[in-house]
Amino acid sequence: MSDFVLMYRLPADSKDMPDSPLRMHERLQRWTAWFRELETSGKLGALGHPLETSGLVVKDAAGGVHDGPYAESKDIVIGYSIVQARDLAEARTIAAGCPVLTYGGMVEVRPIRQM
Amino acid sequence: MTAALPDAHFFRRESGRLVATLTRMLGVHQLALAEDAVQETLASAVEVWAFRGLPDNPSAWLMTAARNRAVSLLRRERTARRFAPEIARLVDEEVPPAPEPGGSLPAALQDDELRMMFSCCHPDISEDAQVALVLSLLCGFSAQEIAEAFLVSRAAMEKRLSRARKVLAASTRLFELGARDFSPRLAAVHRALYLLFNEGYHGACPDAVVRQDLCREAMRLVGLLVEHAPAATPATHALAALMALNAARLPARLDEAGELTDLARQDRSRWDGALIAHGLALLEASARGDRVSEYHLEAAIAATHALAPSADRTPWGEIVALYDALLRIRPSPVVALNRAVAVAEHLGPERGLEALRAIDGVERLASYAFYPAALGELELRCGRRAGARRHFQAARRLARNAAERRFLERRLAACAGAG
Repeated sequence: MSDFVLMYRLPADSKDMPDSPLRMHERLQRWTAWFRELETSGKLGALGHPLETSGLVVKDAAGGVHDGPYAESKDIVIGYSIVQARDLAEARTIAAGCPVLTYGGMVEVRPIRQM
Repeated sequence: MTAALPDAHFFRRESGRLVATLTRMLGVHQLALAEDAVQETLASAVEVWAFRGLPDNPSAWLMTAARNRAVSLLRRERTARRFAPEIARLVDEEVPPAPEPGGSLPAALQDDELRMMFSCCHPDISEDAQVALVLSLLCGFSAQEIAEAFLVSRAAMEKRLSRARKVLAASTRLFELGARDFSPRLAAVHRALYLLFNEGYHGACPDAVVRQDLCREAMRLVGLLVEHAPAATPATHALAALMALNAARLPARLDEAGELTDLARQDRSRWDGALIAHGLALLEASARGDRVSEYHLEAAIAATHALAPSADRTPWGEIVALYDALLRIRPSPVVALNRAVAVAEHLGPERGLEALRAIDGVERLASYAFYPAALGELELRCGRRAGARRHFQAARRLARNAAERRFLERRLAACAGAG
């Protein structure tokens, strides 16, 4: 079993296309169910954390910064978790069930280095 | 991960409350900013709660988060200096206490919702748009969801809403509940809630769940009026009574196969007894004062049905008299149609047909399937099957959804045989 970081990303402009409160309820239900399933199947390494969409990127030792939480990309990481999978293929299958995909987001899957 | 959300409507209702409270704090001209702040708050709540589970008091969490979000939006939008007073108001103003989970709504929050409700019923906003605005701002439905309920395009609904929002935003402050024009505004609120309930009860939307939501929202909002002393007039009680007494029949409107069932054929054991009792108590509370409103009369009609053991043993004469009184207050071909149906029950189908044909402004029923359907029903009862069939066929062409069409198909089938 290897550990993989799943980074949940949403487009920075997704706030401009708000979903209705009823859809919000569905979103939360999906997330809760998804985490619960990962947990019961023993694939959840660490629940991880939700991240604020604010922040900055430090670019050099003199303290130069980019405002905003992203360097170049137009997506913001809104949270991350660690899952356990046999290989990248299985991690990918796990990520494909992530609720963020149902509302315009995507999941970055990154193996944690072993050596 | 903790307990599930109270119900599917939690975010929707919270959205209405948060928008109302932020708008009161910031002024109605900041309505758009308040709505943005609430949207973003709900989205972030989903993300945080997904990881951490529900907080002890989700409503209080949302209120704090929404206020913080509004402050940061204000700061981002303009210079803090220029908008310092607004930000100060948001930061300093006492936040209304959030409802305890499962508890009732604190008075301050009720006031915010009421003021928003009265603000939405601005005389410069058309009645249709008032209803849409209430659904959008107070009930947290999206333009798309409202458009689906009213069978109009999303673009048309967005246009209607944005025009209404402009009128509202121009009024700078939310409606004051102590204002001098409170009474006329209350009448407009009654009308909007009545239309909202009717859209749910008689509306064209084929989705029964959507329609039940509309009825439930109308009942929730009229409940706020009943609990707020100056708004709790006899007409308010009568309106709440008519909603409860009619909604009590909803469970029987669809039979076990999910098909529409008319009043005469409904299984009355499936009527909601608790709701009937509630409605009757409201009707009793409405019997103060000396003015009988249209809502009193409609509630009395619904109560008469609710108390009748069967269609046969309904005091139809009383119902006809109530419709006569209703027609005097609110002349309308639809009311006259309902009266004619009661006349048929009371005095026989021929007299009912006469009443149907004598309806004032009958041409306004030209696209209303229930008019030819009523003609068909009475012709059938007179034994004139061919005529009945023609009317039911006309009605079927006017049906607004599949359930109505299937209902009329069954009536057509009942006409089978020699004419």
